[in-house]
Amino acid sequence: MTRLSQSFPADRAALVAFVTGGDPTPADTGTILDALVEGGADIIELGMPFTDPMADGPSIQEANIRSLNAGTKTADILTIATEFRERHPNTPLVLMGYANPMTIRGPEWFADACVAAGVDGVICVDIPVEEDDSLGDALRAKEVAVIRLATPTTDAKRLPSILNNASGFLYYVSVAGITGLQQAAQASIEEAVARLKAGTDLPVAVGFGVRTPEQAADISRVADGVVVGSAIVEIIGKYGKDAGPHVRDYVKSLSDAIRSAR
Amino acid sequence: MWTESPPFAKRCAIMTKTTNSPNSYRNQPDERGHFGEFGGRYVAETLMPLILDLEKHYRAAQSDPAFAEEFDDLLANYVGRPSPLYYAEGLTEEVRKDAPEGKGAQIWFKRDELNHTGAHKINNCIGQILLAKRMGKTRIIAETGAGQHGVATATVCARFGFPCTIFMGATDIERQKPNIFRMRLLGAEVVPVTSGSATLKDAMNEALRHWVAHVHDTFYIIGTAAGPHPYPELVRDFQSVIGKEARAQMLERIDRLPDLLVAAIGGGSNAIGLFHPFLDDPEVKMLGVEAAGHGLDKEHAASLAGGGPGILHGNKTYLLQDEDGQIDEAHSISAGLDYPGIGPEHSWLKESGRVDYDSVTDIEALDAFQLLCRTEGIIPALEPSHAIAAVTREAVKMDREQIILANLCGRGDKDIFTVAEALGTEI
Ligand SMILES: Cc1ncc(COP(=O)(O)O)c(C=O)c1O
Repeated sequence: MTRLSQSFPADRAALVAFVTGGDPTPADTGTILDALVEGGADIIELGMPFTDPMADGPSIQEANIRSLNAGTKTADILTIATEFRERHPNTPLVLMGYANPMTIRGPEWFADACVAAGVDGVICVDIPVEEDDSLGDALRAKEVAVIRLATPTTDAKRLPSILNNASGFLYYVSVAGITGLQQAAQASIEEAVARLKAGTDLPVAVGFGVRTPEQAADISRVADGVVVGSAIVEIIGKYGKDAGPHVRDYVKSLSDAIRSAR
Repeated sequence: MWTESPPFAKRCAIMTKTTNSPNSYRNQPDERGHFGEFGGRYVAETLMPLILDLEKHYRAAQSDPAFAEEFDDLLANYVGRPSPLYYAEGLTEEVRKDAPEGKGAQIWFKRDELNHTGAHKINNCIGQILLAKRMGKTRIIAETGAGQHGVATATVCARFGFPCTIFMGATDIERQKPNIFRMRLLGAEVVPVTSGSATLKDAMNEALRHWVAHVHDTFYIIGTAAGPHPYPELVRDFQSVIGKEARAQMLERIDRLPDLLVAAIGGGSNAIGLFHPFLDDPEVKMLGVEAAGHGLDKEHAASLAGGGPGILHGNKTYLLQDEDGQIDEAHSISAGLDYPGIGPEHSWLKESGRVDYDSVTDIEALDAFQLLCRTEGIIPALEPSHAIAAVTREAVKMDREQIILANLCGRGDKDIFTVAEALGTEI
């Protein structure tokens, strides 16, 4: 958790990079995660593949399928995280995914596994605050951050319940929709981030639909973090095992843009 | 007697309030939408405000006599309710031929296959389209497996003037062609879903994806008693017309309740609709019938028999899944049963022991399909054919005076191509 809170620099936005674990195979993910770090990513979001990724657009759906077809198991994801932690003791890593793979062995099992693998936080797409007790309590007990999502449909009345018990950072999903498709207007992002920051001291990271260095720079002027996922996953889809250098160059272009934005 | 039964709002009030006694099986779910450990609201944050809003509107509708009145009127005059309660003498006698001395229970059917559009699905669609109207939504989406729910949704959309988009697995489109044409005739857009196994679960994923991107104007008519709260509850309430009618009809016709209720289970809406009004009648046993496909040790769709608790499509329930929580592909000859989950109330009823669950293979269902055609002059859908197979299995074990009531929840016109192929006949 401390790794996570220290990873948002004071003078610029953090770059949060998502890839699906095990895509294209579990053996390749380590190299790809290293490329994210080399390219300048501050926080890694490692996706746990799921057969039914209901909140994801075609790019990440396909990444899930590639990963599962390569035989990726939950144990592989945890191994990938453990090995990443050994290589990168200071870069925070967050697991992102769906409720069923995270809770199937019980929330305590998952919380222990996160601790053992050096995982700093968890983002679960389909556990809203209303069902927090099915995972959140176990994670908090082990000091694994429970990263909450806020969306354009989260109104002022609902926001306090989301911020209550949130930790790590707040993830603002800037469009009502699935991953990878459209991007929100800058004005609406600015307005939303201001509203969220008025309610919390947690850093606010903004994601969904961010593709270009210009978009990343624009968001980094108003938010504490920029999340990029589908665009990286598409590079992995295109280059497969050889994606490392391409991923690194692309992430560097985002990172450079963010570093010179403010 | 139908005019004497309490109006919908009052019946719902009975269901949600008076039955809150510790000895009732009819007081679920709790205020969080949980049926014991099952159910709940496992959805993305984007959808959460919307389903809270849906619940608020549903509660308002439950206490609005005008809503009940319109619902009852449409069921009576558009759907053609009440559906008949029928003593299947031909099937009963046929089953008795193989029964031990003194055995061979009477077999009765609730004839929901006679509803407009040919299945029970329309009951729920009428209720949900009225809710959509109340909420001021302007477009409708739905998922469909067999196409029956898609047809029923397209039907109510045509009737109420809503644009309608139906998500359907590409595999199902192949095996339910007549229903695709019906949906298109009714003005619906049918979107083939090719992701995953290209069947019902994938259609539901795609409908959910579409919904998150269109939350403001779109109402999602879920076709079974599953999904995030309040769907399992409201679908059950709308489908409970089946059991309420059947209970009253039984009492009127023979002044007693049946000994055993039997219904097929895909997501579980026709079954819960029949069972729920009888849950607090301890003398009435109940049997839900899952699809055993090629057999429980092979590919099947029996999530209670062959699965375990997990979270999918907004609710916690029994699922077919591996040790990592990856969802397995289901298989059933019946597209309407080809789903790796089950409504959460059934998971709870199984664990509470109130309802028994069994399964029937593709081959047994095909035999039952033909048996009903020959003995009763009724061509059933493949879904209730599973129930009929279980009925014949149970009837020979029960005394002649005993009564089985099964839900004949759909007619078989849509399935004749599938059946012909399975029987090796060209049409
Ligand atoms: C005739 C019929 N019966 C049963 C089902 C299964 O659904 P449920 O279990 O919700 O009744 C379907 C689904 O398409 C159907 O068309």
